[in-house]
Amino acid sequence: MKQNNMLAMILAGGRGSRLHDLTNKVAKPAVSYGGKYRIIDFPLSNCANSGIDVVGVLTQYESVLLNSYVAAGGRWGLDAKDSGVFVLPPREKADANLDVYRGTADAISQNIDFIDSYDPEYLLVLSGDHIYKMNYAKMLEYHKENNADATIAVIEVPWKEASRFGIMNTDEDGHIVEFEEKPAEPKSNLASMGIYIFSWKTLRKLLISDMKNEASSHDFGKDIIPTLLADNRTLMAYKFKGYWKDVGTIDSLWEANMDLLKSDNELNLDDRTWNIYTEDIAALPQYIGAEAEINHAYITQGCIIEGNVTNSVLFTNAKVGPGAKVIDSVLMPGVEVAEGAVVTRALVADGVKIGKNAVVGSADSENIELVAKRVKGEE
Amino acid sequence: MFYKAFGIVNTTRSGIRVEGMQDYRPIGALSFLGRYRIMDFPISNLSNSGIDRIQVYVKDNPRSVVEHVGTGRHYNINSKSGRMQILFSDEKTQDIYNTDIAAYYENMEYIDLMHQPYVVITPSNMIFKQDFDALINQHTESGADITLLYHSVDNAKEHYLNCDTLELNKQKGVLAIEKNRGTAMKKNIFMDTYVMKKELFVELIHKARKESSMYTMALIVNQLCSELDVRGVAHKGYFAAVTDFKSYYDANLSLINIKDAKQLFNNEEWPIYTKTNDSCPTHYHKVGKVKASVISNGCDIEGTVENSVIGRGCKILKGAVVKNSVVLAESIIGEDVVVENMVIDKGVKILKVKEVKGTPENPGYAKRLDTL
Repeated sequence: MKQNNMLAMILAGGRGSRLHDLTNKVAKPAVSYGGKYRIIDFPLSNCANSGIDVVGVLTQYESVLLNSYVAAGGRWGLDAKDSGVFVLPPREKADANLDVYRGTADAISQNIDFIDSYDPEYLLVLSGDHIYKMNYAKMLEYHKENNADATIAVIEVPWKEASRFGIMNTDEDGHIVEFEEKPAEPKSNLASMGIYIFSWKTLRKLLISDMKNEASSHDFGKDIIPTLLADNRTLMAYKFKGYWKDVGTIDSLWEANMDLLKSDNELNLDDRTWNIYTEDIAALPQYIGAEAEINHAYITQGCIIEGNVTNSVLFTNAKVGPGAKVIDSVLMPGVEVAEGAVVTRALVADGVKIGKNAVVGSADSENIELVAKRVKGEE
Repeated sequence: MFYKAFGIVNTTRSGIRVEGMQDYRPIGALSFLGRYRIMDFPISNLSNSGIDRIQVYVKDNPRSVVEHVGTGRHYNINSKSGRMQILFSDEKTQDIYNTDIAAYYENMEYIDLMHQPYVVITPSNMIFKQDFDALINQHTESGADITLLYHSVDNAKEHYLNCDTLELNKQKGVLAIEKNRGTAMKKNIFMDTYVMKKELFVELIHKARKESSMYTMALIVNQLCSELDVRGVAHKGYFAAVTDFKSYYDANLSLINIKDAKQLFNNEEWPIYTKTNDSCPTHYHKVGKVKASVISNGCDIEGTVENSVIGRGCKILKGAVVKNSVVLAESIIGEDVVVENMVIDKGVKILKVKEVKGTPENPGYAKRLDTL
């Protein structure tokens, strides 16, 4: 807290149901990404790199794995004195009944006591399921310079896609004048990234009245931001340039992984000034066999490659047997592709085994095939 | 829970030297197989055996050891009941006096503090997998005073020349510990690993000091072979001893095939821990060709790599060819540069020189942080 008087709260309760079987057992922020990471490593590493010491993670859906994963704050260097990652599932309190988080704003409201115990001046609210690198300290500077009550990070999206997003209409100085959720005819292409800085005192008051408002859906986008605008508060749009991805579907998760194969990809995970930290898993280095052929790939430790890998991303401990072919695919941790099997345009979920000579996916499929169950091969 | 033994990871004795590389760090801190340091193997062996009071002895260039070992948390050592200590011996004395016994003697205070009844001593320059819990049980069941671990080899004439050997009787009683003088192919190579009671260990240190200030643990145990019940236990599985530059190179290349590596590694049951460097996965570009190699994370590979070990964060640029080589972390092999039968130390940039070659018998060496 000493560093910048800002506390971060990460909203990590969502299921991500469009990721189908991938999120049957784990919440979306815990989904694996980029060979060795989980999605929530990004906001957590961003916090650590931005000098934020205290991070609350609001969990709800299938939270067992996520809770234990984020609680080990040392992974991101968030374990020094007066620093820490706090797992905050809904809880019973002396003066309130146990209730699920009814919306993004309610999740914060139910933890006002936690936030107050640190007495921050600013509150940073983040999504736990976006992939990007961002220095929140710079955003805070902007917030302070403008004496804002709230600052919302925005990114320019292609005009034709703008109607899929929450769009911020701003004046020339960056003041937000209007917020439209998924407008049919967007007036701007500045999409909200779901990253908010609030002056805590202002937000606190608003949350308390929002809790009591039975008409409210207790959501930042639908309720809190419109109320701030109606109250003529100062809301600033902070323009972010760079890689940002909300991986809502199997196709977009696959695509976000494939982005790592581009040499000029903006995410650049090899930037030693902005490390993305993750769990340290004891794994062997990558073993590339004598008959292996690798033609454009992003591969991490623990992988054993004895077959062909083309244009693919392989996660920790993935194995490709002799003569097997993996093309345009993502193999999540512990996937085993047995000898002779062919995997094309597929995303293979954690630990799935693909049997001998089995064929999965096809080169001309419209969508990426999600393989979440064992595929039997020849005996 | 308190375990019955504490562990010592020993320094190497005088005369063992990896030429060139050791100017920068002790053998135990040398990079091994890309992502490890040699001392990760003895420390992981101890940790996996349930031993979490560990003393690591260092006699020179402590920086790399201190940085790598740190608090020992990454070796899965209990953060409260366990402890990793890095202990130094006097580096001002001549190497020949800087023996293991001298180091123990100087740190007697910290040995006295160990309340475990047994000690396991294991070296920092040898690579093998060993369950010390099983070895201690074998030791106590046999009633021996000292148990020594050895590995039978049939190529001792050309290899293991700086190692000690055990002369055993039929009952595996140790008759003598002697230098390997390359006189026979078949030898029992002593793995510099001891199990004994702590009391006896302390007694031996004092006895050795009385004999000579150049005395080592091996010498005093050899001297007492007939008085004490000293027994050998054979080690099975992968074994490599890094005793000079060539054996360092050979040991790295010996694990390039996954089938051989599986003799040493069993990640589920016996993980080898190391310090994470938070590097990203490795990017294999379209133009690159990689075969029969061990690659670490954080690399960018556009060239050809064959039968080599590549350390963390290396760049192999377009047209570069790396064959039969060991490349340490953060090195750059420039465009169209050919590297064969070499050890490329950490942070080397080979840009202008287009060919850097050694021979399989006489591998070459590029110095740390050199630009060629």
